[in-house]
Amino acid sequence: MSDISFQRGKALPLQVAGLLLALMASWLLWSGIYKPLLLGLGLFSVVLSAWLAQRMGFFRHPISLRALLRLPAYWGWLLQEVVKSSLDVARIILTPSLPISPTTVELPAATSTEAGRVILGNSITLSPGTVTIDVHGDRLLVHCLTRESALELKELEAQRRLARLELG
Amino acid sequence: MTETVLDILSWILLCLGGCFVLIGGIGALRLPSFYTRLHAASLTETMATLLIFAGMMLQAGLSLATLKLAAIMVFLLLTGPTASYALANAALQSGMRPKAGRLDGSFEGEQT
Repeated sequence: MSDISFQRGKALPLQVAGLLLALMASWLLWSGIYKPLLLGLGLFSVVLSAWLAQRMGFFRHPISLRALLRLPAYWGWLLQEVVKSSLDVARIILTPSLPISPTTVELPAATSTEAGRVILGNSITLSPGTVTIDVHGDRLLVHCLTRESALELKELEAQRRLARLELG
Repeated sequence: MTETVLDILSWILLCLGGCFVLIGGIGALRLPSFYTRLHAASLTETMATLLIFAGMMLQAGLSLATLKLAAIMVFLLLTGPTASYALANAALQSGMRPKAGRLDGSFEGEQT
C-alpha cells in the first residue's frame, strides 16, 4: 500500500549507515565485553533497531544537528518547570481537601514538524499536572489537574521555547 | 570530607525521590478519576526518577556507571510520557470523556 510506504519514508544509505554505526558504537561502549556471543547479540539488536526505526518513519523526520546542540538549554528550562509543577501537584495531593479543578484545554502546536509536536506533547506530559491526551493536526488536547495549570499552558511558553529550539 | 558531603547529598536526593514515589502512590489512591490519577503517576515517573537517579549518580561518582545511569534516566524520561500518552489516548479513543471543565479563554483563531 502506498500509504504505508509514505509513512516509512525513503531511507538514504548514508543515513542508515550512520544510524547503524552510532548504535553499534553505543553498544560496544556500554557493554564493554567483547565476546563473540555478546557481539553477535549486539549486531542483531542494532539491525533490529534500525529496521524498526525505518518502519516507524525515523528517516522521514530528520532532526537537525543544530537543534540537538540546543537541546540541553531546553532541558534546563524543562527541568525548572518539572520541579515547580511537581511541588504543586505534591502539595495538592497532600492537602486534605484535595483542591483539584480538572480542566481540558486545546493548544496550538505552533510547529510544522512532527518531531516538534512530539517534543511539545511529551514535554507537557512530563510536567506533572498536565497530560497530553490527544493530538490531531496541529492541535493538542491537554488534561490539567487544576485550572491554574491550564491557564499557565495558555501562555504558550513551551511553544516559544520549542520554536527557539527548532530555528533560533 | 568531600565523600561525606557527597554521601549526605546523595542520601537526601534518594530520600526525596522515595517521598515523591510515596506521594505519587497516595495521589493515585486519593484522586477521583482515571485522568486525574494519571497526574499522580507522572509525579512518580518524572520527579522521583530525576531525584533517585541523581542520588545514584552521586554514589557512582565519576565513572562509566554514572554515564550509564544518565543514559537510563534520559531513556526513562523520553519513554515515560509516551507511555502516559498511549494510555490516555487509548482511554479517550475508546470513548471515555474526561470529567473536566473547558477553558474558554481563547487564543487567536480558536473555534471550540
